[in-house]
Amino acid sequence: MNKPFSASKSAFLITFLIVLTSVFSPVSGADKTGGESEPFNASEVILHHVMDDHQWHFADWLVMPLPVIVYSAEKGLDVFSSSRFYDEHHKAVEYNGYKLEHNHITLTGSGKAVFDLSITKNVAMLFITAALMFFVFRSVANGAKNNKGKAPKGLQSFFEPIILFVRDEIVKPNMGHHYEKFMPYMLTLFFFILFGNLLGLLPGAGNLTGNIAVTMTLAVFTFLITNFSGNKGYWSHIFWTPGVPLPLRIVILPVEIIGIFTKPFSLMIRLFVAITAGHIVLLSLICLTFIFGSIIVGVGSSVIVLFINLIELLVAGIQAYVFTMFSSMYIGMAIQDHSHDH
Amino acid sequence: MDLLTPGPGLIIWQAFVFLLLFLLLSKLAWKPILHSLKEREQSIQHALDSAENAKKEMANLKADNEKLLRETREERDKILRDARDAANRIHDQAQTDAKKNADRMIEDAKSIIQTEKNAALRDVREQVAMFSLEIAEKLIKKNLSDDKSQKDLANTFIKDLKLN
Repeated sequence: MNKPFSASKSAFLITFLIVLTSVFSPVSGADKTGGESEPFNASEVILHHVMDDHQWHFADWLVMPLPVIVYSAEKGLDVFSSSRFYDEHHKAVEYNGYKLEHNHITLTGSGKAVFDLSITKNVAMLFITAALMFFVFRSVANGAKNNKGKAPKGLQSFFEPIILFVRDEIVKPNMGHHYEKFMPYMLTLFFFILFGNLLGLLPGAGNLTGNIAVTMTLAVFTFLITNFSGNKGYWSHIFWTPGVPLPLRIVILPVEIIGIFTKPFSLMIRLFVAITAGHIVLLSLICLTFIFGSIIVGVGSSVIVLFINLIELLVAGIQAYVFTMFSSMYIGMAIQDHSHDH
Repeated sequence: MDLLTPGPGLIIWQAFVFLLLFLLLSKLAWKPILHSLKEREQSIQHALDSAENAKKEMANLKADNEKLLRETREERDKILRDARDAANRIHDQAQTDAKKNADRMIEDAKSIIQTEKNAALRDVREQVAMFSLEIAEKLIKKNLSDDKSQKDLANTFIKDLKLN
């Protein structure tokens, strides 16, 4: 996974900038607790950074309100800005019969939860990630078209080796000769996770790929593709495992059926945990500074945070690799020819 | 715990945006990119193959040249050998012819010599006979000039006769 990071000088420069800025950013975010002289609550600060939010909180003086889209049977569809939930002193208020509490919008009258389709911080991150991916790979595709028969240039020459890596090291070995049909999905998956992980490391960014809803959706896609493209051999292995004595087949059956679901479940948990845990470690180290209120601890933890950030960059690549690899392995197992196995 | 419960709103947005991104990128990015990568691989493979072929052809050509050269050399050797053989044959023929001629001439000469010799011998024999007769005549004339000798001779003849 070293390929994307050692490929060019500019990549190194970007890496360096990401690391540098993310070291300082959470510090500014955590300033508010120091300023208001409330007791510093590290776990609240950390969870606030790791979790989704209805507004984008860069710093105390820079909060971007995001659109709230809610639907309830009683009030129908409603769209308004999340800034309506706060007055000029940043105190939570009710608006138009809605109440925002711990990131959940409820109706003030009945106290029921509404169906919340808001553009939250993570949804905004999702849009940014998707838009960035779209423009980057459009440019790569244009490069491929314009430089036909010539050496690749610019973005194209940076991403082509990564695309080849995904094709030749991840998808092809795990899927065999039917791999081409699944390449678009695998590439989208790999780069979505990679971009999401890397953007999530940016200062002030949302923790998109460390959100369990996101990893669950991705895992469900892999689950659906696995089971819809599964051939006769795949299903016969699950329901009537060949080459196994009859009593054992009955024992294996529930295990295999559970296995269908544990595979995507492990995908979901792995990515969620790896990214969220990384963020929590980083934030905990930064919070040490405010717990101790000491410059020396600040300098020390900043140095450690720098190294953890480098590890996080590695993890960003590894998790994208692992998710894509296991996805192609699961789908590959479902589509492979079983005829020669026994 | 909020951290572990997936929010339905985000799931819907994620599913929608991811699918949209997947469809857009499949059509607009992955297809041309993968196509161009494949094409490039094929063109590189093609170039390598044709280089390999050219190498093989060169080797074939070289082998052909060598074969041709070898054949030519063999032909040259054969021509030379044939010429030498022909020369030898002609030489031998000439030698045998010459020998034959010489032999015949010698043979002729020998037979002539033989006939001459025979004729000469015949002459000599005749001459000798004639000389002998003359000598015998003279001897007889001389020896039988007295009676005693005549008597002796007669006695010898008679002795010879008695013995027979």
